[in-house]
Amino acid sequence: MSACELPSPLASSVGLPKSPEGDPVFPEPWAAEAFAMTVHLHEKGLFTWSEWAEALSREVHREGRAEDGSDYFDCWVTALSSLLVEKGVADADAILALQQSWQRAAEATPHGKAIELANDPLR
Amino acid sequence: MSEDHHHDHHHGHDHHHDNRYSDMQARVRALETVLTEKGLIDPGAIDAIVETYETKIGPRNGAHVVAKAWSDPEFADWLKRDATAAIASLGYSGRQGEHMRAVFNTPDTHNLVVCTLCSCYPWSVLGLPPVWYKAPAYRSRAVIDPRGVLAEFGLTLPHDKKIRVWDSTAELRYLVIPERPEGTGGMGEEELANLVSRDAMIGTAVAGVQP
Repeated sequence: MSACELPSPLASSVGLPKSPEGDPVFPEPWAAEAFAMTVHLHEKGLFTWSEWAEALSREVHREGRAEDGSDYFDCWVTALSSLLVEKGVADADAILALQQSWQRAAEATPHGKAIELANDPLR
Repeated sequence: MSEDHHHDHHHGHDHHHDNRYSDMQARVRALETVLTEKGLIDPGAIDAIVETYETKIGPRNGAHVVAKAWSDPEFADWLKRDATAAIASLGYSGRQGEHMRAVFNTPDTHNLVVCTLCSCYPWSVLGLPPVWYKAPAYRSRAVIDPRGVLAEFGLTLPHDKKIRVWDSTAELRYLVIPERPEGTGGMGEEELANLVSRDAMIGTAVAGVQP
């Protein structure tokens, strides 16, 4: 169970795509951010390794996943959201409301400007 | 000594397509917001973790594209005409099917790519974007004073060399094809690819000189 050369035990999460060198491979930057956030929260002790493994495994083994596994990080993010809700850190409705707020903010932001939550016209 | 700023994207009716967050992209931002408000994460710490992976994964795909363009004139030609197809022929394509354009450095023109949005970065060929690329300061200064920004990266170009700044959008992303360094005539593609850094393909460095 020792994985000294790995930066975090999270790197041995079930199904995590890896390069030939054994490093995680991220399809898009948000996936890397989600991974990093999870590593950080685990290091801070917000949840244990087995709590994480269980939450992720639930999502990864759900029916109707993409055949090519391209939705792996969608599962990751869903697992992280559920775990935060379970831990009472966040409220599911509040997460969804914020998610939609970020989407409105992105569409309202002109090209070349940083996307900020305050740009959401409904806020 | 002239500086060009190319807005090679469409202005007007479809401009709003520039900025769009997918559900997952927005969900990650939402979680980040909640956790930051609660003091459970600090965005700086997250960037630091991401950075350790970014340097490891590396932009090997893009380097392969450049090395092939240097060694195979037909491929270089194809890359100039239709970078999206030429790059896809090597098996590297974006999940959202975005278009790519290759901009070639020449003895009298240097190309530099900017955009504040990480969604405008060609990850499929360059890996993850560096933190500085996402900083608003990089983009705004690169447009106004590209020579000054390049100097900060340790790249001083001759005064008569033209600098073109390309503004990436979510639909059209740029890849800089650096000039092939001198004295590399006998090298194979693999060896050549080792001379191509991520920064050389953004335009903040040249090939053969590691930052």
